[in-house]
Amino acid sequence: MTITEKLLARAAGRDEVEPGEVINCKLDLVLANDITAPIAIGEFAKMDAERVFDPEKVMLVCDHYTPNKDIKSAEQTKLVRDFAREQGIEHYYEAAGGGIEHIILPDKGLVIPGDVMVGADSHTCTYGALGAFSTGVGSTDAAAAMALGECWFRVPESIEVVFTGELGPWVSGKDLILYLIGQIGVDGARYQTLEFKGPVIESLPMAGRFTMCNMAIEAGAKSGIVAPDETTMTWFEGRSDRKPSVLASDDDAEYVRTVEIDCNRVEPQVSFPHLPENARGLSEVGEVIIDQAVIGACTNGRLEDLREAAKVIEGRTVAESVRCIVLPGSQEIQLEAVREGLVESFLEAGCLVSTPTCGPCLGGHMGVLAAGERAIATTNRNFVGRMGHPESEVYLASPAVTAASAIAGKICGPDEL
Amino acid sequence: MAVTGKVHKYGDHIDTDAIIAARYLNTSDPDELAAHCMQDIDAEFVSRVSEGDFIVAGRNFGCGSSREHAPLAIRTAGVSAVIAVNFARIFYRNSLNIGLPIIESPEAAESINAGDELRVDFEAGSIEDLTTGETFSFQPLEGIAAELVEAGGLVPLVKRRLAQGANSRRG
Repeated sequence: MTITEKLLARAAGRDEVEPGEVINCKLDLVLANDITAPIAIGEFAKMDAERVFDPEKVMLVCDHYTPNKDIKSAEQTKLVRDFAREQGIEHYYEAAGGGIEHIILPDKGLVIPGDVMVGADSHTCTYGALGAFSTGVGSTDAAAAMALGECWFRVPESIEVVFTGELGPWVSGKDLILYLIGQIGVDGARYQTLEFKGPVIESLPMAGRFTMCNMAIEAGAKSGIVAPDETTMTWFEGRSDRKPSVLASDDDAEYVRTVEIDCNRVEPQVSFPHLPENARGLSEVGEVIIDQAVIGACTNGRLEDLREAAKVIEGRTVAESVRCIVLPGSQEIQLEAVREGLVESFLEAGCLVSTPTCGPCLGGHMGVLAAGERAIATTNRNFVGRMGHPESEVYLASPAVTAASAIAGKICGPDEL
Repeated sequence: MAVTGKVHKYGDHIDTDAIIAARYLNTSDPDELAAHCMQDIDAEFVSRVSEGDFIVAGRNFGCGSSREHAPLAIRTAGVSAVIAVNFARIFYRNSLNIGLPIIESPEAAESINAGDELRVDFEAGSIEDLTTGETFSFQPLEGIAAELVEAGGLVPLVKRRLAQGANSRRG
């Protein structure tokens, strides 16, 4: 069996499962945010549910429109906050100690290797980087999960993606996942699991693994996963009292497909509008003038990402025509970024440093684009209207390329500065 | 049950931001959401759509975010079913959960044109294009998907389980 099949079998109380089977799993965690929880809370009431299955296992993170951008979002957040209080849900985050859901759940040790969970947010697949099975669902599924502590799944086929060779200068986890999506398409892994492995993944730090699993959904995947190894366990140490479960795919595990990627051939990537699959190597980008650069989001808002961006930005000045917005992924990351001097480098260069929020990634607030404007962003989606006006454009890239582009005023790599 | 309506046709990878842009997600009011349905890729959709109409699209319909606001906006706008080559998985689950009928039929999705008049019989599994005279059949749903549709969505199913004492902490 693959690691994903093993995780699902155990959660279903079975010895074995096969792809295509529909099974019912016990959940270790259920997550929702300020956009999806309000509907889930309404459906929860319609189910005549009174209490959540376990208040310790329900996580509510208000991060999309927080700090609340208008009265409507304030009302939505209040509804979620009140529900958390009524239900005795301790893991409610909005301001102090908060941040972007997919960054704080792993950082605080709330999701751990071996967990099986759902979240009412499509990027819930991020936690596969820890060797957990985690997938996005809608609000009604989340409501059912909060009431029952269970969810049905169709066991997904696994695609094995083997990364070999060596990473070139400025090539990161973001570039690998953009390159892969460019190869297989935005529906290349629809309903399936992407299992990332190979020597390059083995030496990839956790930040890069989180970024890769975060974008599994952008290939249509149900989940992405990296089997826990020494890197995982070293990172995880001291984060939780719960006992992690370290599983791996069997040598004879069956994959529906194997994709091999020779990283020697992967240069820093940029995904052109309006689909993540429109990935091109930097050398094929041409001249693309930008108005905005966004560094952050659940994809690339980790401390390592900010360090990478700061390395490029330090001692330089953001182009006069560019708004460069830096959004640390959590309060803790922001504090550490202040302590390390990263925030100072950003501010000296002319960047705007914001409080943690999903804001601009989804065109919500804190950096919305006008018609005809172009942004380069470390976010995960570049659909029509994603960051604002339907006639604006989003180009996806790594923190290093996004930072370099902010300095140059046009898309480029750090070595071109 | 058979429904008649006209077709609004779209291409591949219609994402949830196209169905309902995130800037409108500071509410979950179905009527407000429906007022902005498909806005960023088809600003005229809301004024053109009438009760019973169909959306016909290509591959991977509903890709992107997990927002249930997307099928909710489509349903509330009056659309009786979405017919596509195939669907993104979260959108598929969400549609079944809230009772928006969805039909996978690559043949129908490719042949049917914008503006055609369709008659869809959900029980018989047939799509008749009244404009061109073509007919297509589709597989009625099976297993958990059929159960969800039969129950009228996930809420009644969970309600029944809770009433049977599924959540031991309850009460």
